Amino acid sequence: MAEQLIFYMLAAVIAFFSIMAVTTKRIIRSATFLLLVLLAVAGLYLLLGYQYLMTVQIAVYAGGIMALFIFAILLTHKPGESAPSKSIGKRILIAAFSVAGLAFCTHIIVCNASKAYNYFSASTPDIKQIGLTMMGTGKYQYLLAFEAISILILACIIGGIMIARRR
Amino acid sequence: MYEFIINFLEGPVPVEAYLIVSAIMFFAGVYGFISRKNLMMILISVELMLNAADLNFAVFNRYLYPGQLEGMFFTLFSIAVAACETAVAIAIIINIYRNMQDVDVEQLDELKG
Repeated sequence: MAEQLIFYMLAAVIAFFSIMAVTTKRIIRSATFLLLVLLAVAGLYLLLGYQYLMTVQIAVYAGGIMALFIFAILLTHKPGESAPSKSIGKRILIAAFSVAGLAFCTHIIVCNASKAYNYFSASTPDIKQIGLTMMGTGKYQYLLAFEAISILILACIIGGIMIARRR
Repeated sequence: MYEFIINFLEGPVPVEAYLIVSAIMFFAGVYGFISRKNLMMILISVELMLNAADLNFAVFNRYLYPGQLEGMFFTLFSIAVAACETAVAIAIIINIYRNMQDVDVEQLDELKG
């Protein structure tokens, strides 16, 4: 029961602030609302039993990416400047499109989800199992993907420096 | 009324609830991606959509195959790729701002350097 109450609180936070993040005028407020959404998603990961995922979400998203966002916003906007949306007619059209898509997806989810799940256990993967899975080379183990990600991050560092360098 | 609330909150969270939350997040991202004109706002909307997808991976892993770790690792790698993508996108946006003094997508209609 407590689990459900916490879930509905987090769900309300996510729904409200994700809509606020895309509709508010000031861009720095929008980044703050995005931060709240990311933290609430970290809470949902904890509720699902993935503590490691929650730490990664907070460290990488709420820590790293949000710091990048704030710095980029401060570098590219004058203080107090608001970010305009498109005209009201276009916005209504886009909102109708989004609500239609949401209704379609919700219909599919509600009609099919009860067929899908039959089993729920709250056992959380322990950190030793996660480490062995990440560093192993056998079946269902991910050393190759881990190394590929490390090369991607290296390429990303070099690319970021090359693009943003002042010539 | 009290009985109804108690019965409603009985047991684990239904999987539909998680999926609907992530659908709301995703379509908020779609709305922002199409309706905003600022590059930073578009990037924020993309982050919302990516987070919705990540949440779905974790939820499906937990509810369908609770003994395995595939969905969790997909989320982990997806977070890493999202971080890379954001870093490069922000580098490009800062470069655009330096060259054009603007990050409004409707002003950025020329490809001349």
